[in-house]
Amino acid sequence: MQYKNNPLSPHLEIYKWNITSLLSISHRIVGVINILAITIICIWILSLLLGEGSYELTKIFLTTFFGKFIVVSLCWTFSFHILNEIRHLAWDIGYGYDLKVAKVTGFLTFFGSFVLAILFYLIGRNIF
Amino acid sequence: MTAFSLPQNSKIVKGNFYKDKTGSKNLKTVNVYRWSPDDGKNPRIDTFEVDMDNCGPKVLDILFKIKNEIDSSLTFRRSCAHGVCGSCAMNVDGVNTLSCIKSHNDIKGELNIYPLPHLKVIKDLIGDLSNLYRQYESIQPWLKTSKTNAEKNEILQSQEDRSKLDGYYECILCACCSTSCPSYWWNGEKYLGPAVLLQAYRWISDSRDEEKKERLKKVADELKLYRCHTIMNCANSCPKGLNPAKAIGSIKKMLATS
Repeated sequence: MQYKNNPLSPHLEIYKWNITSLLSISHRIVGVINILAITIICIWILSLLLGEGSYELTKIFLTTFFGKFIVVSLCWTFSFHILNEIRHLAWDIGYGYDLKVAKVTGFLTFFGSFVLAILFYLIGRNIF
Repeated sequence: MTAFSLPQNSKIVKGNFYKDKTGSKNLKTVNVYRWSPDDGKNPRIDTFEVDMDNCGPKVLDILFKIKNEIDSSLTFRRSCAHGVCGSCAMNVDGVNTLSCIKSHNDIKGELNIYPLPHLKVIKDLIGDLSNLYRQYESIQPWLKTSKTNAEKNEILQSQEDRSKLDGYYECILCACCSTSCPSYWWNGEKYLGPAVLLQAYRWISDSRDEEKKERLKKVADELKLYRCHTIMNCANSCPKGLNPAKAIGSIKKMLATS
């Protein structure tokens, strides 16, 4: 390449964020968090094999303030991922590419994720 | 490996300050990215105070004013000044656009002008686009037909087929979209990028072209096509209001259904 030693023009630090790019990167980050969360939930269920004691230990941890914070956060990460994935599915069948539509669905996803998170939390509390 | 920060020789330092000499009260502070291949120094941001009372309405007018009246060494590309040629594509106020059709009245406060992102800088606001042109060549952007002689002189197309090219044939290859795409920043060598994929789709959907299948096969590749994650920066920055994300989505759909 002729200009191999020339400087690289600035990119990430100067480019303006907008709703679509912000949701795209958060979708990825939240996806990684969800994979970890599912793994931990599986380990928790597996710990039942070691008897009631180990199950109770995790339960006590989850009823602390920090534990509750994690539960509520996971409610949000899952609901955000679900809603944004619906957006991606619509794109895959060819709908919603229009810039205005993509922005509106983006905002709907973002605000909807909080509503769904609260809903998940309330449903969860009724069951247990 | 993805490098999120700039390499050592690309770190930006503070540059010169050019104070206004006209005594005008209507001033705009303009920060411009500068780099010269001659002095071996790092890129810098020069700050100019520009008299807005005697300046045209577009960002390109500001650049011309600086070049004519303040610092003649400022280097940028421009040609038609009417948003048709695509030469003056640059990053204005954080978004890639054509400086000749971007009004500076829209921008509050200081005006920041950078070259197109994640390119090797040739000088000041000029980036090296040879990789993009190479990729454009690779999709063979010309009509392929087995027709010969008289048959080939005029290949008819119905109005309906012609309308399938609307929203795609208008592309002027200014590279605003490709250089706005984070996916293209990190995988520019392999991923074709929005501009080239939009062109690829333009030829795939042309009813007169006879190599639709070969074209689709060529572009169907994990890295060439599927690095698009619908970030939509391309459609957001396109100065002609086109939607490369939609073109890429259409190619993906064609591949999934054919």
